[in-house]
Amino acid sequence: MADTIIKMEDLAFSYPAEEGNVPLAALNGVSLSIERGSFVAVLGHNGSGKSTLAKHMNAVLLPLGGKVWVDGMDTCDENLLLEVRRRVGMVFQNPDNQIVANVVEEDVAFGPENLGIPTEEIRQRVDAALQAVGMEEFVLQAPHHLSGGQKQRIAIAGIIAMEPACIVLDESTAMLDPSGRREVLDTVRRLNREKGITIVLITHHMDEAALADRIVVMDGGRAVMDGAPKEILTRMAELRAIGLDVPHTVELLYGLREDGFDVPVDALSVEDCADAIVAALAPRA
Amino acid sequence: MLKDITLGQFFPGTSLAHRLDPRTKILLTVVYIVALFCAESFVSYGLMVALLITGVKVSGVAPKALVKGLKPVLFIICFTAILNLFYTPGEILVQFWVLKITKEGIFTAFFMALRISMLIMGTFLLTYTTSPISLTDGLEALLGPLKKVKVPVHELSMMMSIALRFIPTLIEETDKIMSAQKARGADFESGSLLDRAKALVPILVPLFISAFRRADELAVAMECRCYHGGQGRTKLHVLRYQPRDYVVMGAYAAVLAAVLVLARFGL
Ligand SMILES: Nc1ncnc2c1ncn2[C@@H]1O[C@H](COP(=O)(O)OP(=O)(O)OP(=O)(O)O)[C@@H](O)[C@H]1O
Ligand SMILES: [Mg+2]
Repeated sequence: MADTIIKMEDLAFSYPAEEGNVPLAALNGVSLSIERGSFVAVLGHNGSGKSTLAKHMNAVLLPLGGKVWVDGMDTCDENLLLEVRRRVGMVFQNPDNQIVANVVEEDVAFGPENLGIPTEEIRQRVDAALQAVGMEEFVLQAPHHLSGGQKQRIAIAGIIAMEPACIVLDESTAMLDPSGRREVLDTVRRLNREKGITIVLITHHMDEAALADRIVVMDGGRAVMDGAPKEILTRMAELRAIGLDVPHTVELLYGLREDGFDVPVDALSVEDCADAIVAALAPRA
Repeated sequence: MLKDITLGQFFPGTSLAHRLDPRTKILLTVVYIVALFCAESFVSYGLMVALLITGVKVSGVAPKALVKGLKPVLFIICFTAILNLFYTPGEILVQFWVLKITKEGIFTAFFMALRISMLIMGTFLLTYTTSPISLTDGLEALLGPLKKVKVPVHELSMMMSIALRFIPTLIEETDKIMSAQKARGADFESGSLLDRAKALVPILVPLFISAFRRADELAVAMECRCYHGGQGRTKLHVLRYQPRDYVVMGAYAAVLAAVLVLARFGL
């Protein structure tokens, strides 16, 4: 219990309905505990409630039913609002719509400035945060001259400067090209490993989810699967039934299995998959 | 092509004019404008021209860039000058039909044109040497006392800096939408004024919709980063007057005093 950073209990939420309609539940009794220092991926097709879930993690939305605690603090307590938001930072999809200032250092300083941190310390935090995302040479650049991946790293730096315990990324790689996506993923993995920051990665990409320690699958406002990537990503039939794909590697291994090869189905990365196939072929050769 | 437009142009640099505190520069620009309107004679105008030239020299801004800034208002300058030329009563020099040119008219027209040009060049000197951020910071600090009478100074300066932040983004977006509409056969360059205005509608509508969506997302992102108004907010860059600020302010005060004294003696 001590090391749960975010705890949700029977969380329910629905957006205010348009006139004449009955409000549709966006979250339908989600119970979830996220451990400090873990790397959790959240999967789900469009409209399954991923963003709604994310917004409950830092009190942007407040539960209509159930409870959410961040580091033991009830998110409904208005006095704790800033502290909750400081501990759980959020990176969004569109890099352009979350950058506030037109100089990189000013943007990274925005969070600490709001928290009333003394000037000298803001300076240190900004430099440290930019270093942590590998963008220190861009301190004085204008953000609109940067690439998408670089902008997202600046957004991450802006959150790190608040010294959070957890970073939630809501499809933050969706608008990026493959190299930008790799930049962002490498950055968050490093922050997770080296600084022990908890990462919640919301994504559509199976290969991104495969990087996590744990995967939560959402469908219709419920958490329908929860477990290690090797366990979740190999449940092909179930994933297909809720409109998700399995990684190409898993699909290939399933196919080989059906054709009578003795391969494991839980080799997720391309390298592991190749090794598994080679191992299966070796006795025949 | 739209990307070439830069509002409130700024030329980065390290000259004395660049390093001055933005508050100093804003104050000096105000003093300069007041002095311009007090100046009435060759001597005092000479003093002001000298001041402007010194400013330009110190800033290292190319005089060409300043003159270029005059282009959009050239019409207004000429118009005012011509009005003054013909409609100032006094000692008549030339007369044809109802138009008469007076000696006083020539002087007023000349001084008017000079005054407007110098006013514009002076303000451009401010924006050329001060980054938009320090400009907003300076304004916020200078207007700070107005907070006491409930003027939302912090909010206004936040709006201004967000507007500055989004100008390039929105320009880029306009460019994209225009290309998309052109690809569908839209024509923005020919036809009557009305036709061209109509052609703008398919650009403005998507632009507005997207601007609202951006505003919505930005507001949430700002909340997530603990923004809660100006209360208890600290700053990465705190403005501090340096000795150079006092020296330059002193020099300006002396020039203003000289212009006022000269005006008093009708010079
Ligand atoms: N601001 C809103 N107002 C009303 N309904 C909303 C709003 N945002 C989301 N919804 C609805 O809530 C449900 C869950 O949406 P949510 O954005 O959480 O899904 P998601 O899993 O993040 O989807 P996506 O992959 O498209 O981002 C959907 O049915 C959606 O239509
Ligand atoms: Mg979403």
